[in-house]
Amino acid sequence: MRALELRDVSVFYGAVRGVEHVDLHVDEGEIVSLLGANGAGKSTLLKAISGIVHPRAGSIEFFGDALAKQSAHRRVRRGLVHVPEGRRIFTTLTIAENLELGAYGIQLGRGERADRLREVLEHFPILQRHFDRLAGTLSGGEQQVLAIGRAMMSQPKLLMIDEPSLGLDPQKIDIVYDMLEEVARLGTTVLLVEQNVSLALEISARAYVLQQGSIVLSGDASTLAEDPRVADAYLGKVNDVPE
Amino acid sequence: MSLLLNELGNGIFLGAFFGLVALGYSMVYGILRLINFAHGDFFMVAAFVSYTILGAVLVGHNSHGQWWTLLWVGVVVMVITGGLNMLANQIIYRPMRRAAILSLMIAAIGLSQILENGVLVTPQWGATYLVYPVTSPPAGFNLGSNHYTWAQLIIVLVSGLLALGTYFLVGRTLLGKAMRAVSEDRIAAMLMGVNVDLVIAIVFFIGGALAGAAAVMTGVYYGQINYLMGFTVGLEAFTAAVLGGIGNIGGAMLGGLVLGVVQSIGTAVFGSEWAIVVAFGALVLMLWFRPTGLLGERVARRM
Repeated sequence: MRALELRDVSVFYGAVRGVEHVDLHVDEGEIVSLLGANGAGKSTLLKAISGIVHPRAGSIEFFGDALAKQSAHRRVRRGLVHVPEGRRIFTTLTIAENLELGAYGIQLGRGERADRLREVLEHFPILQRHFDRLAGTLSGGEQQVLAIGRAMMSQPKLLMIDEPSLGLDPQKIDIVYDMLEEVARLGTTVLLVEQNVSLALEISARAYVLQQGSIVLSGDASTLAEDPRVADAYLGKVNDVPE
Repeated sequence: MSLLLNELGNGIFLGAFFGLVALGYSMVYGILRLINFAHGDFFMVAAFVSYTILGAVLVGHNSHGQWWTLLWVGVVVMVITGGLNMLANQIIYRPMRRAAILSLMIAAIGLSQILENGVLVTPQWGATYLVYPVTSPPAGFNLGSNHYTWAQLIIVLVSGLLALGTYFLVGRTLLGKAMRAVSEDRIAAMLMGVNVDLVIAIVFFIGGALAGAAAVMTGVYYGQINYLMGFTVGLEAFTAAVLGGIGNIGGAMLGGLVLGVVQSIGTAVFGSEWAIVVAFGALVLMLWFRPTGLLGERVARRM
């Protein structure tokens, strides 16, 4: 089953191109990576899928339903969750409150919410520490872990996560990536945006490479891992590669 | 000493009004970073609406202590004022969500003018002081050498309850957590599935409703209302909100009480014509020595 299908999606910020003519799909249960250099349009694409920005053209389908002009908070209710770049946890709220808000969109009762919280803590025991502390006191790695846990509170069908390794030391990156694999193992489809190519390809089934707003490469993760053009894309050279 | 005690009592009582109006100010600031200069005028409109409703239901009745009537009229006025405040947000502020905060403030000042002049030209309302249909009976109790009326006590209690209710709502409920989340990061809140527009609308409703309650109590206590009453109260409530730390719920109530006491004592010492001067003097001193307010965040950031 197609979890996500983008056809000919273009996003503009005024006259400035974000992404143009993007076709992309993610099948249910897959981990798919979206790779590319800074400014290639990766985050823009995620924002268009989660509804923070609206595409100028093209269609986005989520499990067969067109998202079109649906507002961002309704998409969350349908199981489409986006962990944005920079984590954006609520620093003035406690960790417990952050997690509770993760389930806001799916409108659970108080009891169900508590059950859900227990489940998430069981799967991600690392969150149990400092439960009542303000989230702003957490380190970067802990904040990323919290952001993923918070997203899992709504039992998403598709989790989109933007640059989870950014600014973390290798040990913390391992923790975060273990967590992402656990997310996938629990049956959630993952669309991963990364600059760290080898890391992303290691856990992905397939990947797309964005360059200056367009998809220039796509395919199996194992094939792309061997492809020198992936590295070139980061240096802006893909279009120059002789056939 | 007796004078001080007396003014302390008066101050707490005055502070209860300030606190309630300040709550609405502070909550709207917290969520939109907007100093809503029209807030005091919703308080004023609420006073006039309650004046008309009470006048209609109390024809031929004794004007003293109609507590039950006051209670249900108070609730109705809270709903009406909350609704009006929400409507103002929907019509004026919401379409300006992407505009600079300064534009919103100017819009708020414009709205304030519309409300004041709207009341001015409304038949039966107009420019004169109107006598409020219900007044508080002089009966009460003595504390030391001072006499307090039951009405004063009830006003303090009702204000306290409303403030506590708001505190509980914002601090403990999921809706309150969503309010704080929207206040910190609107986009991230949206990504949690929070309907940001709805949460903002609810905040406006609550702020308006609290101002409505304060207006009914003001009418009963002072016995007269005027179309300009919102201006001063608005500024005093704004002062209270800043004193306590704007954006902070507990701070608004605390700021109200502090301002009430300072103003009462100042008035007793300098005379009543100095009331406003004392209030703003306190504000200036506060901004000088502790710009974040007693409990709150920095104000200078977005103003």
